[in-house]
Amino acid sequence: MTILDISNLTLTLPDTARPVLSNVSLSIGETETVALVGESGSGKTLTARSVIRLLPHGARVTGTVKVAGQDVLTMDARTLTTLRVSTAAMIFQDPRASINPLRRIGDFLTETIRARDKAVEMLARVGLPVSTAAQYPGALSGGMLQRVMIAATLMGDPKLILADEPTTALDVTTQAEVIALLTDLKPSLLFVTHDLGLASAISDRVYVMYAGRIVETGTADDLFSNPRHPYTRALLNSSPRIDGPARRLTAIDGYPPDLRTPLTGCPFAPRCPLATAICTEQEPQPVNHVACHHA
Amino acid sequence: MILTLLVASFVIFGCMYLAPGNPVSFLLSGRAANPANMQVLDAEYHLNEPFIEQYARWLGQVLHGNLGRSIEYRSSVDSLLAQRLPNTLLLVAMSLVIVLVAGLALGWLSAIRGGRTDGTILVATTVAVGTPSFVAAIILQAIFAVKLGWLPAGGTGTGFPQLAEHLILPAIALSLYLIGLLARVTRSAMLEVMEEEHVTVARSRGVPERTVVWRHVFRNSLVTVLTMSGLIISTLVVCTVLVEDAFSVNGIGSLLDLSTTTKDFPVVQAISLIFITGFMVVNFAVDLLLPVVDPRVTLGERNDAA
Amino acid sequence: MTIALARVLGLNRSKPSGRYLYRCCITFVAIVVLIAVFAPWLAPHNPNAVDLSDALAGPGRSHLLGVDADGRDTLSRLIIGARTSLLGPLGVTVLSTVAGVIIGVASAWYGGWVDSLLSRTSELLFAFPGLLLAILIVAIYGEGLLAPVVALGAAYLPYVSRLTRSLVLTEKKRPYVEACRIQGQSSLQIAMMHVLPNVAPVVLAQSTINFGYALIDLAGLSFLGLGVPPLTPDWGAMVFDGESAIQQGYPLSAFVPCIAIILTVVAFNVVGEHWADRVARREPQ
Repeated sequence: MTILDISNLTLTLPDTARPVLSNVSLSIGETETVALVGESGSGKTLTARSVIRLLPHGARVTGTVKVAGQDVLTMDARTLTTLRVSTAAMIFQDPRASINPLRRIGDFLTETIRARDKAVEMLARVGLPVSTAAQYPGALSGGMLQRVMIAATLMGDPKLILADEPTTALDVTTQAEVIALLTDLKPSLLFVTHDLGLASAISDRVYVMYAGRIVETGTADDLFSNPRHPYTRALLNSSPRIDGPARRLTAIDGYPPDLRTPLTGCPFAPRCPLATAICTEQEPQPVNHVACHHA
Repeated sequence: MILTLLVASFVIFGCMYLAPGNPVSFLLSGRAANPANMQVLDAEYHLNEPFIEQYARWLGQVLHGNLGRSIEYRSSVDSLLAQRLPNTLLLVAMSLVIVLVAGLALGWLSAIRGGRTDGTILVATTVAVGTPSFVAAIILQAIFAVKLGWLPAGGTGTGFPQLAEHLILPAIALSLYLIGLLARVTRSAMLEVMEEEHVTVARSRGVPERTVVWRHVFRNSLVTVLTMSGLIISTLVVCTVLVEDAFSVNGIGSLLDLSTTTKDFPVVQAISLIFITGFMVVNFAVDLLLPVVDPRVTLGERNDAA
Repeated sequence: MTIALARVLGLNRSKPSGRYLYRCCITFVAIVVLIAVFAPWLAPHNPNAVDLSDALAGPGRSHLLGVDADGRDTLSRLIIGARTSLLGPLGVTVLSTVAGVIIGVASAWYGGWVDSLLSRTSELLFAFPGLLLAILIVAIYGEGLLAPVVALGAAYLPYVSRLTRSLVLTEKKRPYVEACRIQGQSSLQIAMMHVLPNVAPVVLAQSTINFGYALIDLAGLSFLGLGVPPLTPDWGAMVFDGESAIQQGYPLSAFVPCIAIILTVVAFNVVGEHWADRVARREPQ
């Protein structure tokens, strides 16, 4: 059963010249791990947030976002709350900013489900001692706090976990621990990251996003070994790899398009080595899971 | 804190030497230099002794509860204070309650409701912060006591219920400025907290909005409020001088005013000392409470950005 | 990131009405200052001229704002009173700002024992609320505006010095300070030519607000009869004089100075806060 089905999601913010998200379509099956990859400003966080309808003020949306068959965008408040408590849960990027520093960990965990014993159980599940519940966030390290966040998401027995760059704020060794924990979980996982290598390593399928659009999607292995979209290729070339010969990293020239300027044609065209006239005139539609005129 | 108190008491004691002329003529200030007065002065200050000894003696007396003798009334300051203290205490207590309840409530409404409520409250608080307590006192007196006759215009009446009734207008006058101040501080603290990530996260987890506001937004703002409470209380106490005068209430504040006008310095000294000690105690208590409200603060740290 | 996005695009609450209010208030401040400066030429009557036959009269052709209980023209007293009522707070503000800045800069710049000493002393002054210190001083020196002004200046000083100190500490860390030092500029030069101008706007905004506090405190003193000598017109003293008029049911002579005080303090507060806001918005978050 498809646990998440985003279909043609378009999101526009006030005072912008183009939509922040444009015709995004994404699906996740049960127990699947799907990665959403893109750089800062690509819209990947917003996409993830739309799954639990955490949208900024004044945002206008079209399309559907179905979680376990129900459209999140049109639900009433009560159903939405139930969804947020026990169907889909989000792990945020900076755990220290995400937990109220003035209250104890135990209070944080039991905010939504008032079951102290369950909180203890979840703490154990993520590898933290029971004593953590009585502590304040200030006493814990970033890695431990992220584990607490994971424990918090598990409190409601969700079917879908959304992880928004959960390891970006952590150091490398802690990153590995948290990733190991995440991949060990049963619910489906939407893993948002800017690291294509990491995404391919832990997920079943990958979606690549640029300027609010999905530009390529495929299985992790396929994408990693045979990227078809110029952007995906550029992303791969710009991240250091342990396997293979040492080589120069190539940064991608230019900047992602500004939201205040209107966009025609392919958003990546200004930075693309394969760009031709058609690229600036017509927006490429996804064909065979790639949105490029020259794929 | 003890050090500050000590220095403050030294200043309060020693400043009589700042006065033009010698201390004797200053303390007498136009009263007759007759034996009765001189006796009071001598017993009180031992002006023949060196300065440090005088100070030590005075301090010792104070610590034993002897606050000196009034030159004007020739009775002990303690007895003068005793009848007036309850009035002022009740006034300050009433005002404190009013300030806290009204200030916090208005700040909350302003931050949460936003829009026109926010706008109206902002205008009201701007005016409130521009209204000194004596101005508020006069206006309230003119409207509610003289014109409408709803509440007494002054004095303290007899017995407790009458006292409370007589203190309603003074308490409101005293609180007005601080209500404005507290409401604004609460409002901006709450608005700031509302932008913080953990509030969004709580909402995203399905925590009901009411709980989010109460447990996260309001609760976190209380830290700022607590830091302000020292200022609130000291302003309340000092302004009793003005309000008690306007409403002819027999309290410590009006006594301070009276003794300053009649140049009854021992009384001025005693009351100043009491006020300052009170402030220090309150500040100390606030410092103690701060780690309880905000676990990030360890005892002994101070928030520089108050 | 979306929140940051919203901020960049200015999607947060912006108050166009705020600018209108600011313009009103700064105009009002200018008017009040002008009135104070040109007072003797503007007042229609001698503020101390007593005419008991006319006492407590309402507004009329020769007395636009009525007459107080002693038969004096309220409008004239208001205008002449503006001088005293504004001069005192000006003295307090200048004193506390100049002294506070010097202490704050010295504290932050030299650090070490200088900082400790100065900070401790300022902390001491924090213990004395302005009004209390002023009353104490008046108890010693008696009537006259000088003593309370000095006392209040001392009482407000620690607020200015603390603010300046933390601002200068932040400035000191900025790279341009080190760059200037390498170029051979002396500490004093760096302080005066670079740090001070950067710190000045915030301090000035705070001082504007302090002006309002000083006005309130000094007016309160006059209300108690402890500030200005008896015959000088002063808004606080006018309120005091008006008390008896209120009892008799003619509140106008008391209300006029009350409103003058409220409006002036509010105007200064709004202006000061606006300036502080503007500086805050210029700073990168």
